[in-house]
Amino acid sequence: MLTYVLRRIISIVPVAFIAITACFFILRLAPGGPFDQERALPPAILRNLRAAYDLDQPLIVQYFLYIGRLLRFDLGPSMVVQDFTVSQLLTLGLPFTIMLGMSAFIIATLIGMLAGIIAAVQQNRWPDYVLVLVVMIGLIVPNFLMGSILQLLFGVYLKWLPAGGWRAGSMAHLVMPITVLAWPHAARISRLMRGSMIEVLGSNYVRTARAKGLGQRLVLARHAIKPALIPVVSYLGPGLSYLLTGSLIVEQIFGLPGIGRYFINAALSRDYGLVLGTVILYMAIILLLNLLVDLAYAWLDPKVRYR
Amino acid sequence: MAGITHKDETLSRYAEDLAGEGPKGRSLTEDALRRLFTNKAALISLIVVALIVLIAFIGPYFVPWHYSTVDWTAIRKPPDFEKLHYLGTDQNGRDLLARLLQGTQMSLIVAAVATLVSVVIGIVYGAVAGYFGGRVDAVMMRFVDIMYALPYILFVIILVVIFGRSPVLLFVGIGAIEWLTMARIVRGQTLSLKEREFIEAARASGAKPFTIIMRHIVPNLAGPVVIYATLTIPEIIITESFLSYLGLGIQEPQTSLGTLISEGAQVIEVMPWLLVAPAIMLVLLLLCLSYIGDGLRDALDPKDR
Repeated sequence: MLTYVLRRIISIVPVAFIAITACFFILRLAPGGPFDQERALPPAILRNLRAAYDLDQPLIVQYFLYIGRLLRFDLGPSMVVQDFTVSQLLTLGLPFTIMLGMSAFIIATLIGMLAGIIAAVQQNRWPDYVLVLVVMIGLIVPNFLMGSILQLLFGVYLKWLPAGGWRAGSMAHLVMPITVLAWPHAARISRLMRGSMIEVLGSNYVRTARAKGLGQRLVLARHAIKPALIPVVSYLGPGLSYLLTGSLIVEQIFGLPGIGRYFINAALSRDYGLVLGTVILYMAIILLLNLLVDLAYAWLDPKVRYR
Repeated sequence: MAGITHKDETLSRYAEDLAGEGPKGRSLTEDALRRLFTNKAALISLIVVALIVLIAFIGPYFVPWHYSTVDWTAIRKPPDFEKLHYLGTDQNGRDLLARLLQGTQMSLIVAAVATLVSVVIGIVYGAVAGYFGGRVDAVMMRFVDIMYALPYILFVIILVVIFGRSPVLLFVGIGAIEWLTMARIVRGQTLSLKEREFIEAARASGAKPFTIIMRHIVPNLAGPVVIYATLTIPEIIITESFLSYLGLGIQEPQTSLGTLISEGAQVIEVMPWLLVAPAIMLVLLLLCLSYIGDGLRDALDPKDR
């Protein structure tokens, strides 16, 4: 198990490195720069600005400077939001994005698994049909549309919840964003859980467990749930990256103060440092969570460890 | 009297069955298609999607308004049949029905072209990796794994923001990122195909690797490719409308379903009709496409049912 963990951790390094490199060069190939304005800056000032951010160096030198700083966990200055470093800006938004993403993730995973188990046990009875409908809505309606519909319904017509914005510590402001974010995730998980649970419930060892006289609850708890979790766990990794990128748009719709909000503006204004920083941060989170998921997978399914 | 005993009909039906079932046999794909057409939800969805495509491309010729024409006498008006604005008008007095049709058309075109791009990249990449195997395969598939681990929507946003907002780049940008799963599927198929006798025969007769891949392997991938492409289309429609929603997709005066929804969402309190029509169209399209995709998947993999 330990070698598996180590090998898995080491394999992250080239992935991250290649992605950062690709992103760096794609950004620089683009026309325009962070100091383009409606009224062009005087050449002398422009030259000084570019020198201050090392933009006057050859591209390859800039690249190594950036990597060098990155290795010291320094994401550099923001080029458009003056007087802020990228790290400062990201630190402002990160706690919120993590909080939003993780609460949606946990809620969705729990609800999804529970719904999947219920639907599998009650296969082809009304709880199963209700679930199919709810899952379909979650999968079909894109999150930006769902957000607008919920805002209209609960924010404007019924006035039960604030339609957007954020006040620290207010749960009411989080209900709709989390719902929008969690629904499709819960839908996919419950679908997977239902499928694998039905398969497990039809297997021989579950029949044996029943035959020796265990009650329904014991059969589920001791024998059926753990093996049925395997496909669900393997979905959690991609699911998380969907959730995080989804939080980008949810933050945009509901006007929430996470890192997703910076990203689009930063890309539009060619704030190289901030764009790269956001991508690196997202990537770090996703790679880390994928690692955790893989480790959980190895725990559930011993075959994976020895591959 | 030929018709009394129904002999002719019975016989000809029998002959047809014989011709159909005869020594030729049915391929997996034919089998799958047959199962698909017995699936009512999938069949109805297929018809609805065909209708939507037809209406989106022919409809504009029958609508009295052009999608960018401004009707100064009817600005911000709800549906009005007397003035021939069947779905109302937007803030600029443009007919919503005309815009909806144009938007649907644009979303469909983006989906089709981006799917084509992703299928082409995926097939070539997967077939090459699978055919050469060994180290080439390991490196190429490692790259796919890397791409999987990335927050790809960020890359689409970067690409679109940076290389301008023309529809062509939207196609290529989305297509260039959706090919990963396609490559994996094609590689798997190629791995098993390349051990078959006809490939060996081609190799023995001196065909070059590229010819073998293009002539002998790619044509045999048609079934899974078609199915995967069907599953990709709704994803691409969602991605496109997501980008348009953020203001990064199709630009005025042209429009797409995402752009229409984003415009409608901003004025939802005063002009709800601007959101309702495009929302229904998008959801209907996605619903039908996902039923077709599910139907195809079930048809190909009957043990799942």
